[in-house]
Parts: sequence; C-alpha cells; structure tokens
Amino acid sequence: MSHYRSSRHHGLIALAAIIALLPLVLSNKYFYDVAILIGFNAIVCIGLNLLIGYAGQISLGHAGFFGLGAYASAILTGNYGWPPVIAALAGMAGVGSLAFLAGRPILKLKGHYLAMATLGLGIIISLVIVNQDRLTGGPDGITVGPFSVLGFALENERAWYWFIGGLLLLTVWLSQNLIDSPMGRALRALHSSEVGAQAAGINAAAHKLQIFVLSATFAAGAGSLAAHYSGFITPAKAGFIHSVELVTMVVLGGMASIYGAVVGAAVLTLLPQILTVLKDYEMVVLGAVMMATMIFLPRGLVPSLAALCERWRDLLPPSLVLRLEALIGRGRKP
Amino acid sequence: MSQTLSTRSLRWCLAGLALAAPWFSAPTLAQEPIKIGSFLSVTGPASFLGDPELKTLEMYIERVNAAGGVLGRKLQLVSYDDAGDAEKARTFATRLIEQDKVDVIVGGSTTGSTMAAVPLAEKAAIPFISLAGAVVIIEPVKKWVFKTPHTDRMACEKVFVDLQARKLSKLGLISGSGGFDKSMRAECLKVAPKYQIDIVADETYGAGDTDMSAQLTKIKNTAGVQAVLNPGFGQGPAIVTKNFKQLGITVPLYQSHGVASKEFIKLAGDAAEGVRLPASALLVAEALPESDAQKKVLVSYKQSYEGKFKSDVSTFGGHAYDGLMLAVEAMKKAGSTDKAKVRDALEATKGYMGTAGVVNMSANDHMGLDLTAFRMLEVKGGNWVLVK
Repeated sequence: MSHYRSSRHHGLIALAAIIALLPLVLSNKYFYDVAILIGFNAIVCIGLNLLIGYAGQISLGHAGFFGLGAYASAILTGNYGWPPVIAALAGMAGVGSLAFLAGRPILKLKGHYLAMATLGLGIIISLVIVNQDRLTGGPDGITVGPFSVLGFALENERAWYWFIGGLLLLTVWLSQNLIDSPMGRALRALHSSEVGAQAAGINAAAHKLQIFVLSATFAAGAGSLAAHYSGFITPAKAGFIHSVELVTMVVLGGMASIYGAVVGAAVLTLLPQILTVLKDYEMVVLGAVMMATMIFLPRGLVPSLAALCERWRDLLPPSLVLRLEALIGRGRKP
Repeated sequence: MSQTLSTRSLRWCLAGLALAAPWFSAPTLAQEPIKIGSFLSVTGPASFLGDPELKTLEMYIERVNAAGGVLGRKLQLVSYDDAGDAEKARTFATRLIEQDKVDVIVGGSTTGSTMAAVPLAEKAAIPFISLAGAVVIIEPVKKWVFKTPHTDRMACEKVFVDLQARKLSKLGLISGSGGFDKSMRAECLKVAPKYQIDIVADETYGAGDTDMSAQLTKIKNTAGVQAVLNPGFGQGPAIVTKNFKQLGITVPLYQSHGVASKEFIKLAGDAAEGVRLPASALLVAEALPESDAQKKVLVSYKQSYEGKFKSDVSTFGGHAYDGLMLAVEAMKKAGSTDKAKVRDALEATKGYMGTAGVVNMSANDHMGLDLTAFRMLEVKGGNWVLVK
C-alpha cells in the first residue's frame, strides 16, 4: 500500500519539476504558447483516459463537450457580462448535466454502438453551435474576452503558463486519487469484465455514468479556459476531427495511464510544430510516426516503455538495479 | 627563424580573418532578406483557398527576387499550414511574430483564422494583411490589420444595384448553412433596406442536401417575388439552379461570387443560362475591353498562374497576389521595413490596381475597394459574359 502512494507522489513531483523548470528553456512567447496548448490538451486527455482507459468506454464526442464549455464562457461573459470564473463553472455544470442526461441511455450501449452514439452527440452539439449563429457567431466563430480571477487578469503567456501548469497538476492529483479509490478499482473491474464486476456487487451503470460526467466536465473546463486564452473560438473545436485528435492522444500516450495522457498530448501537440520544416511531407511523416508507435509500442508510449524498462531491469545485475532504485527512491513492486 | 615564424603566424592570422570575415560582414542589414510571414489553410476543408494563395505567394516572391528584390534586399517567405483551424492559426501567428521575427504577415485564408491572429498582430504592432472575406476583420477598423478581398456585403450591394437597374424590388433568398452562405445572407438582410429591397422569402437548405425543390416551391408561391438570390457556396447553388429551372420559375436568378468559377456552369448545365452573379473581374480578364484599367494586371496574373500551375486561376490566389504586392509597395514607399512606417504607407495606399480592383485605403477603410471591384456577369452559351 505504501509504495503505491510513494510512486504516485514521485510522478507528481517529477511533473511539477518539469513544469517548474520548463520556463528556463522557453525563450519566447511562442514556446510558452505551445506549452500552454499541451496543458489544455493534457487536461482533456486525462479526463478522457479515465473514461476510455480505465472504465473502457469510448467517447468520440468529447470535442463537443470541450466546445460547449468554450462557447458557454464566450457567450455568458460576452453577451451577459458574467464574471469568467462563474461562467466557466456554469459551463462545466451545464455540460455535466447534459452528460448526465445523455449518458443514461447512451452508456447502456457497448463497443461500436457506444462509439456511434457519442459521435452522434458530438455532431449534434457541433451542429447546434454552427447553426445558432445569432448566439454563437456561426461558422466564423466568436471573440472571447480575457480571463480573470477575483479581479486578477491573466494577460500574458507567462501567467497563463503557471495557471495551466497548476491546474494540470491538480487534475493529475485528483485523477490519481480517484483511480486508487474504491471507485477506480470498480472502474478497472468494469473494464476487464462488466458481468464479473456486477457479480461482485458493483453498480456498473452508476459508475460508468459518474465517470462519463466527470470526464465531460474536465473537457468543458479546459474548453472554457482555452477559449479565454485564445481570445477567439470557432466551431471546429467542437467538431469531429478534434474528438478524433483527443482520442488519438490518449491511445498514443497509453490507455489507462495518467501520464500517458499527458505524454500523448505533449507529443501530438509538439509534432506538428516540429514537422513544419518538412513542408509537403509533414502529414506523411506524422502518419508514419503514429503508425510506427502503434506497431512497436502497441499499448501506447508510456505503458509500453514502462514495460520495456521493466524488462531491461531484469537484464541488469541486481546490485546495480538496487542502487538505481535507491537513487530514484522507488522500490520494486511486490 | 623568428622572422619566418612571425610571417607564418601572420599568414595564419590573415587566413583566419579571411575565413571569419563572412561571419562578421554577412549579417549587415542590406543583405538580410525581408521576411514575409504567412499562415494559410493549405490543407483541410478550406484548402481551396489556401492552396492557390500559397502557390501565388511562392511564385511572386520568386519573381520579385529575380527582379532584384525590395529595397535591395531579397524577400523570404515563411509559411505555415493552419489546416483551417483557428487555434493552429493563432499558434503559427505567434511563431511568425516571436520566433521567425517576420516583417509583415500576409495570410489568414478564413475569417476564423484571421480573427484568431488579429489580437496578436495588434499587440505585437506588426502589419497584417488578411486574405479572408468577412466585414468583421476591418470593421471596426483595427490599426494593424488590412484585407484584400471584397466583402460579402459588397456582393449583396452589387446585386441590389443591378435589381434597382432592372426595377425589381421584391427578392426571395435561399441560402445554405455553410459559413460563407450564412455570413452573406446576414449581410444581405442588413443592407437590403438601404436599397429599398424587400426580402419577401428567406429559405435555407442543409450542407449535404441534394434537392431544394421544396424551398424553391415555397418561394415560387410567395406573392410578388420578382427575383431570387442564392448566397451559397459549393454544390448547393448548382442544385438550386437546376431545381429552379425544373420548377419553371421565370423570375431572374442571382448567384453569389462564391460560385464564380467554370465548375458551376459545368455542374448546373443548361439551367445556368441567364443566371447572374457578381464576381471579380479576374474571371473575365480576357473579355474585358482594352480601355479597362484593370485588364493588364488581371491578364498578367491569370496567364502567369495558369501557365505555371496548369490549373484554372481562382480569385483567392488573386487576393494573395494583392496582399503581397500591397506589402511590397508599402515597403518601397516607406523606404524601410520599419513596421510603423510600413503600416502608415499601407494605410496611405491610393490608386493601387490589384486583381480585386482599385485599392484606395484610408484611416477608416483598411480594405479600400468599392463596388466597381465587382463585375455583374451573366451565363450565356455556357460562358460568363459581362452585363453592360
């Protein structure tokens, strides 16, 4: 039991250290911008991974929740003059309720049918956003004001960076606690066998619904903040392509891995920026990288690499392993 | 001995200096290229905009350089593909400003991607010439933001002026659900009263619809409809045109500049006969009278583009041409690449003849086009003909 807690904290400390040290190499606003985008994507992906990786329920409509959160903030602050924090919370509550209502019937479905139902939900949301142009600005998008907390406005990239960094840590911490709670264990039981889990007295429907609502709420919160950060939002953020991007980040980073979601978000946000030097071949190389990852690291980056490290550790002399483990302060799992 | 040593060391020193010299002398200002930054929707749903825009920029930057560049310096294009995503556009605009340190930005294929980059250009104080259509880009006027394409409001106005000339005032609207369609429909509704046009019917269709007979029947049965306007983009307008003919509606049909291409006539076939639409003069470049001041620019651009890329010229590429040339002219006039001076020179542009029309900018107008930029065309014998 104790080593679980310690390994959990080590990950969190490592992430905090990365976030704290990163500004040393972020030499201008552009690098900050990319780092902030990674943060937003990571928060959504952690939520999505709780649903996909741990509970084993697919959602192809998460961009819809992200978009709803974004538009709730845009409209409530822009048209009705709500304070940004209240608008964001209202957006999250609204999206949570929607996920609750829609999730009840949808989550009864399984496999492809569930994928189709969530896909449909996402498309309906995106259609509503495109067509309610009086409110949403239609396909051309809508301007969003700056974000402020208790009169303290987040104006520059640096402020946003620390804010999102903190929020990401909070998200990771909350999610880890959730996974190590009875609820998390119930979810994993559900994932391996729903019938088995039910036989063990787990209320499958309720658990799936709860995690669906939580995951949607994460997406809505990230959407709200991303809208304020961008200052401009278009319906594309609520569209199907964005949903697929999010699922790809989760799968590439590694299912059922909090840090996998973070790494997946980081890799897929960074790669298109790095690959711009290839001009016309950008998409080809991006596709090849993703295919290679899936072929050689089928469980996603983080779980596959972790398994690889585990295997290499067995090849090293035990004394060296012990010394290394003492160095990183981690004991071998019993 | 000591002398030989010293001469040898001297020789080494000189050799070293000769090697090092380029490193010291190269980055003098006169040699450094002028960086033109651009983010365009080269792939994705808006690639029909970004692709000709990028080709045009590349081709003309090469030409300007071959002719000696600007202010004795070469131009260098730094371009990124935003795939029509506003968030990517914002990141790339940040990259152009912060990382690549470009002198001017010519880009932004869609209204969304432009609007996402506007706050950055304003904050960084860098001249930004957008290639997107909507009025919101320049209204209200933003200090550092300009645009080259005509607006959809002007397309509405051009149609309304033509309606007035034909003494028609009761108009039926049928529009699609895309961004272009919605934006133009809204602008038409807004300016209609100014031209004493009554919108008596206002129907819409979905993006993938394959039959608009129902909507058109409703318009046909609306009392007093004297003409129909279809602000639309893509396949929809061709279907509307066909259904219009099939239903035997006899009032004039107007399409928008959104379908101003040969493709439309191909799709609509015989039904397109008699259809009118406002369009950039680029479409009928060769048919313009010799006296037309715009002809020379248009024919030159059209022939260069079609000669090099073996595909039909589009007005979108023309917008990129105008944007680049406006920037080049402004830098020449300003005599430097100082951002504030270039901005002032851009705002003071007068009488520049581009593919979109005559550009006369001012402090209140960062587009500078008037209704003469649009020509009223009619389909006759399967081709576009200028309406006199």
